[in-house]
Amino acid sequence: MKRSATPTSSGTTRVVLKGGTIVDSRGERRADVAIEGGVVVEVGEGLSGDARDASGAVIAPGFVDLHAHLREPGKEEAETIETGSRAGAKGGYTALVAMPNTDPPQDSVAVIEFVREQGRRAGLVDVVPSGCITLGRQGEALAPIAELAAAGVRIFTDDGSGVQDELLMRRAMEYGRGLDVTLAQHCEVATLTKGAVMNECQCCTTLGLPGWPAVAEELMVFRDIELARITGARVHFLHLSTARSVDLVRAAKRDGLPVTAEVTPHHLSLDETRLLTFDTVYKVNPPLRSPRDIAALREGVRDGTIDALATDHAPHPRRDKELPLDQAPPGMLGLETALGVALGVMDIDLVHLVRIMSINPARIAGINDRHGRDIEPGAPANLVVFDPNITWQVAPEKLASKSRNTPYAGMTLRGRVRHTIFGGDFTVLDGEPQR
Amino acid sequence: MKHLRSIPELGADGLARLLELTNHMVEVNRRPVPKVPALRGRTVVSLFFEDSTRTRLSFETAAKRLSADTMTFSVSTSSVNKGESLRDTVETITDMGVDAFVVRHKSAGIPWQISEWTTAAVVNAGDGWHQHPTQALVDCFTVREARGCERFDGLTLTIVGDIKHSRVARSNIAAFSMLGAKIVLVAPPTLLPPDVAHWPVAVSHSLDEVISRTDILYMLRLQSERMAQGHVPNLREYSERFGLDARRLAMLPSDAVVMHPGPMNRGVEMLIDPSALPNSLIHRQVANGVSVRMAVLFDLLAGESSAGNLREVSP
Repeated sequence: MKRSATPTSSGTTRVVLKGGTIVDSRGERRADVAIEGGVVVEVGEGLSGDARDASGAVIAPGFVDLHAHLREPGKEEAETIETGSRAGAKGGYTALVAMPNTDPPQDSVAVIEFVREQGRRAGLVDVVPSGCITLGRQGEALAPIAELAAAGVRIFTDDGSGVQDELLMRRAMEYGRGLDVTLAQHCEVATLTKGAVMNECQCCTTLGLPGWPAVAEELMVFRDIELARITGARVHFLHLSTARSVDLVRAAKRDGLPVTAEVTPHHLSLDETRLLTFDTVYKVNPPLRSPRDIAALREGVRDGTIDALATDHAPHPRRDKELPLDQAPPGMLGLETALGVALGVMDIDLVHLVRIMSINPARIAGINDRHGRDIEPGAPANLVVFDPNITWQVAPEKLASKSRNTPYAGMTLRGRVRHTIFGGDFTVLDGEPQR
Repeated sequence: MKHLRSIPELGADGLARLLELTNHMVEVNRRPVPKVPALRGRTVVSLFFEDSTRTRLSFETAAKRLSADTMTFSVSTSSVNKGESLRDTVETITDMGVDAFVVRHKSAGIPWQISEWTTAAVVNAGDGWHQHPTQALVDCFTVREARGCERFDGLTLTIVGDIKHSRVARSNIAAFSMLGAKIVLVAPPTLLPPDVAHWPVAVSHSLDEVISRTDILYMLRLQSERMAQGHVPNLREYSERFGLDARRLAMLPSDAVVMHPGPMNRGVEMLIDPSALPNSLIHRQVANGVSVRMAVLFDLLAGESSAGNLREVSP
C-alpha cells in the first residue's frame, strides 16, 4: 500500500517525537522517541530526525478499546469500520476490539475475516474482531469457538445481550479454557429488564419509565464468577455499572480467580437524573446509575478492581435516537471523548490512566505483543501523544464518527489528543486525522 | 406558560391559576350559546397515538367553544403508517401553522421530544405511565366544586389500584399534594413503582385498613394484561382485596366522595353499579373535562390582547 502523501515513518524516514514525557508501565520520564520502519528505534534526550512536536505532552502506548461497536457489516448508516477507526484514532486509540453484534454477527470465520480486512483497508487502527459465544448471539448453541480462535480471535462475547442459559455458559467457559481465550460477558438477566429504559430508581418512579434493576447485572456477575471458579476460564466483565458488581469482582480477585472488568466513561461521569429531560441520547445499556454507583465504580478503578476503561462506543443514526424513549436504541458515542472524560472525573496518576486505557486492555484482548507495550527500542510504534491539561469543547458536528449521539455535546473536557501513531504512521497529527 | 406537560412543571401557582380560570369557563359553558371568540384564528391539532374517548372529545369541544380551529390527526389513516417518523410528522404539521399540539402517546416523554421539534405549544394528554396533567386539573377542580373549598388541607385522598402504570396517579399525587391533601396509595407492592419513599404519600396494602379514614376515594382501572405480566395472580383476588363493593362502601365516611378517571372495569375495581353510588363524582369529572381544557388552551394560546376576551360570540 502506498501512502507517500502522508507524513509517515513506516518507511525509512526517521521521525522523532520531541519534548514529551513518556508514560508507560515503568513510570514517567522525559525523553524523545525516535520511530523508523514502524517501530520505536531509540529513546533518549536530544534525539535528531524529522521532528514532531511533543513538548509539554504525554507520549504513551496507544489506547486500546475493549468495547467498540463499529456497526459494519449491517448498520453502515450508523458507522463504518473506517469512520469508527477514524473516531478511534482521534481519541488516541491504536486498537479497537470490534463487538460482534453486527448483521450478520461475528460468529463465522468469514465475517471475522471481513471485519479484519475492512480494518486493514481503513488502516487507521488495529481492528480486532471479537467472536460470538453463541451462534447468531441467540443464546442457544455455541458458536464455532475453536474455529474462530484458530482464525485469531482471542475474546468472545454476545455483547448486546448476556448468555442467559447457565449450562450453556458453563460449557462456553469449559470449552474456552481449553483454547486459552477470554469470555466477555454483558451481564444482564433479561427477564428482569424486559422493556427497561433506565435505572430502577427514584427517577424512573417519577418518570413512569420501566426500570432496569441493578440486581439484573449483579446476578449474572455473581453467576459467572462462580462458573469461573469451577471451570478456571478467564472471564471479562463488560461495562460494569453498579456498586455491588464492583464488590463481587473485588472479592473474586481476592480469591485469585482469573476475572477482569471494565467500566465506561459514561458510567463514571453521568448519572440517572440526565434522563429527566427524556433526551434519548442518555439511554444506554446498562443504564446510567446513581451517584452512589458512580462513586463505587471510581473507587473500583482506583483500587485496581476495574482493569480497563472501555468506551462501549455505540453509534446510532439521528432518526433512531428520535424514536420515543422506550423504543430508541440504547448507546452513546465514546471513542473521541474517553480521554477527556477519564482525566476529568478520575483522580488517578497518568501511569494508572495509561494502565486502564492501554496496558490492561491490550493484555485482556490478547494483543499485548503489539499494543500497550513499554516505549523502548523494538516496540511497535503504536503510540498516542496527548495534552493532559488542554481543554476543549465537544462539538458533535466535528466528530469523526458517522453518528452524533454524544452525551457530552457542548461540554468542556480536559485532555486532548495531539498525535496518534499507528504502525509508525501518523493517523492523527496536531489533532487532525491524516486521512 | 409555554406548554402543559406535567403537573410538577406547571407548579403550584400555575395549578391555582388554571383552576381559577376554569371557574370562568364553567360560567361560559352555562350560557345559552357556550361559545366565545377568545381563540379565533388559532389552530389546535390533536395528535392521539393512543385510544381515547373523554380526553380527545373534551379537548376538541374545548377548542371549538373558544372558537379555535381544530385538526385531528388520526394515526391509522396518516403517513405514520407509511413509516413517517414522529419528528417529520410534527414538523409537517407545524409548517401548516398550528398553535398547539394536544398529544397522547403510549411512550413517556413524547411531549418533551415534540416540544424540541415545534414552535407550537404542547399539551400533554397522557404520555405512557408518566403524566396526564389535564386529568389532574379536572380531578382537583371537581373536588373543589364538590367540597366548596379552594385547598385540600385536612383531606385524605386514597388512590387505589395500579399506581405503577398510572399517569393519572402520578399527576394527581403531584397536584393534590400541592393543594395540601394527605395522600394514601393502596395497592399490592407489585402495582407500586419501585421507589415511592420520596413521594409525599403514605402507602398501604389493605383497602380495608384505610377506607374509613378517606375523604376522596380514587379508584384506578386495572388492565387485565397486568395479570399476564404476573403483577396479580388473578382478577378475582384483586377484586376481593382492592375492589369497591357494598361492604367497603359502608365503611366509607358518609361525606366521602368516589372518583374514577374512566374507563371503568366493572366487576374488577368497581363491584357495584356506579350509578348507585350515593356520593360519586364520576359524572362531574367528565362534565368538568371541557371547562378545564378550555382553561388550559386559553391560558396557552390567548395572547395579552385577547386576555379577558370571554364575551359571548355575537350571533
